[in-house]
Amino acid sequence: MTDPEQARSATPPDSGEEGEAIKAVPLRHPWRALIAVVLVLALAVFILDAAQREDYGWADVGKYIFDKRISQAALVTLQLTVYSMLIAIVLGLLLAIMRLSPNPVVKSVAWLYLWIFRGTPVYVQLVFWGIVALIYPVLTLGVPFMTPWVTLPNDVFHNLFITAVIGLALNEAAYMSEIVRAGLLSVDEGQEEASKALAMSWGQTMRYIVVPQAMKIIIPPTGNEVISMLKTTSLVAAIPLSIDLYGVSRGISAVTFTPVPLLIVASIWYLLFTSVLMVGQHFIEKRFSRGTGRRKEDKPTTGGDPAAFTGSHAGNGPTTAALTNAPAGNEAGGKG
Amino acid sequence: MTGMTMVHADRVSKSFGTNTVLRSISLSVDAGEVLCIVGPSGSGKSTFLRCINHLERVDAGRLSVEGQLVGYREKGGRLYELKPKEAAFQRREIGMVFQRFNLFPHLTAVENIIQAPMRVKRMSKAKATARAVELMERVGLGDKGDYYPAHLSGGQQQRVAIARALAMDPKLMLFDEPTSALDPELVGEVLDVMKGLAKSGMTMIVVTHEMGFAREVADSLVFMDGGVVVESGDPRQVLTDPQHERTKAFLSKVL
Repeated sequence: MTDPEQARSATPPDSGEEGEAIKAVPLRHPWRALIAVVLVLALAVFILDAAQREDYGWADVGKYIFDKRISQAALVTLQLTVYSMLIAIVLGLLLAIMRLSPNPVVKSVAWLYLWIFRGTPVYVQLVFWGIVALIYPVLTLGVPFMTPWVTLPNDVFHNLFITAVIGLALNEAAYMSEIVRAGLLSVDEGQEEASKALAMSWGQTMRYIVVPQAMKIIIPPTGNEVISMLKTTSLVAAIPLSIDLYGVSRGISAVTFTPVPLLIVASIWYLLFTSVLMVGQHFIEKRFSRGTGRRKEDKPTTGGDPAAFTGSHAGNGPTTAALTNAPAGNEAGGKG
Repeated sequence: MTGMTMVHADRVSKSFGTNTVLRSISLSVDAGEVLCIVGPSGSGKSTFLRCINHLERVDAGRLSVEGQLVGYREKGGRLYELKPKEAAFQRREIGMVFQRFNLFPHLTAVENIIQAPMRVKRMSKAKATARAVELMERVGLGDKGDYYPAHLSGGQQQRVAIARALAMDPKLMLFDEPTSALDPELVGEVLDVMKGLAKSGMTMIVVTHEMGFAREVADSLVFMDGGVVVESGDPRQVLTDPQHERTKAFLSKVL
């Protein structure tokens, strides 16, 4: 809008003295204060009310929160989460690489997997895995439609815990593959090219160059997936497995007829775990945003584009990471 | 060393789909020689450079480095495409510097430099690091080894990229418009490093728009347009007295 010539003359270069400090009356925000007061009051009323309400059964909450059965069930929930996530991440990486394969058949198979496992509810899938042993009572190895060489009873699915892990992992792998794929695709092509030009093999390029950079994009959504998985484990009731946190809480309340306190007990445990996971995620994100944050020791003296340094709290979302990833971001950094 | 042919291109052609980007390029670079390739964008000069280390596949003609066919193996009169591993082995002796630097942003300058020696040559980390520090001195960045690329200026990043390529002890260095992405005041520092490298006897092929550099440093100059070599020869000769109309038209715009 303004003529650049004019704008320059408007600010005389180094006039020597600074302009008068501004002492203006700050803008008032009456609505902000009002809304805050209303919210605090509403919350206080709710808490006071809840503390006195019989149905919450706070005494029972206190009684069961550290119940041995509950804490053991919490451990089961944790195990379900960890095992299924680990399998899902490995399988997801495999599927992501398959999706990026130049082989159209390999690519299609990965897509088909994604289509089925992401397109049907996890609850339905868990019910299916619960009865799969009835559909396939024996596992065979051999030439199709001929007498099999090896026949094994399908025992795996008789163990409901393993069934739950398999069911949750296979479903989650579909989501993880998309996350990993997005991460791999976010790495600039020039990185692979530079690595190739340095005579590094495909495997070395992936391991040392592409995947470490993709991690920055992969970790935040994976953290969300872990948290989401922790809660999804409550659906193993569909198998039916009832030794997890929610299953056991329900089991106890079915006997004591106190459903609400036990729901609260289970929720507290879930919240505890998700809170711990959130803290862990924060530190892992920090670790993988190396090179986008501030320099290790001394801070940059000349301020480049501040956007280039938002990486110090990068990992808030792909947008920040993508920003710092762009080649332009490299130059925007301070001149050292 | 001099007198030995480092790169030999014999009627090299390359197309992307129906788009022919290189038509029958023939040229030869001797060991210790500096060749500058100039020309308008889209003339195929970068593609030709990328063919030399097999980042792109040649479709026709023969391209060889030190007498070895690039990307193919000839056996019994037939050509066989090299496996990725074999192609990687050929690239060990060819360093490349990119327009956009392509430093690894998650690694410090020194870590960038030691990757290839450690992974490809299985050099020990201590040895590779000592060499990296030495190379950083050589490109004038002795105190910046622990910096991440994002904290270096464009010119500094490109100098690290040169050091990274040199860490593999290449016999041939390819420069793909190494100063085109730089702010004007940073171009000089990169060109200075390249001049030093040329003086040390490195064989270099430089795709560039820096006519001053070409005039001063290059032993020969090639002008490309539309995928063909339009004119080539002594850089001073070509730049001051171009014979071809297209060369004249191009030079009148850039000089």
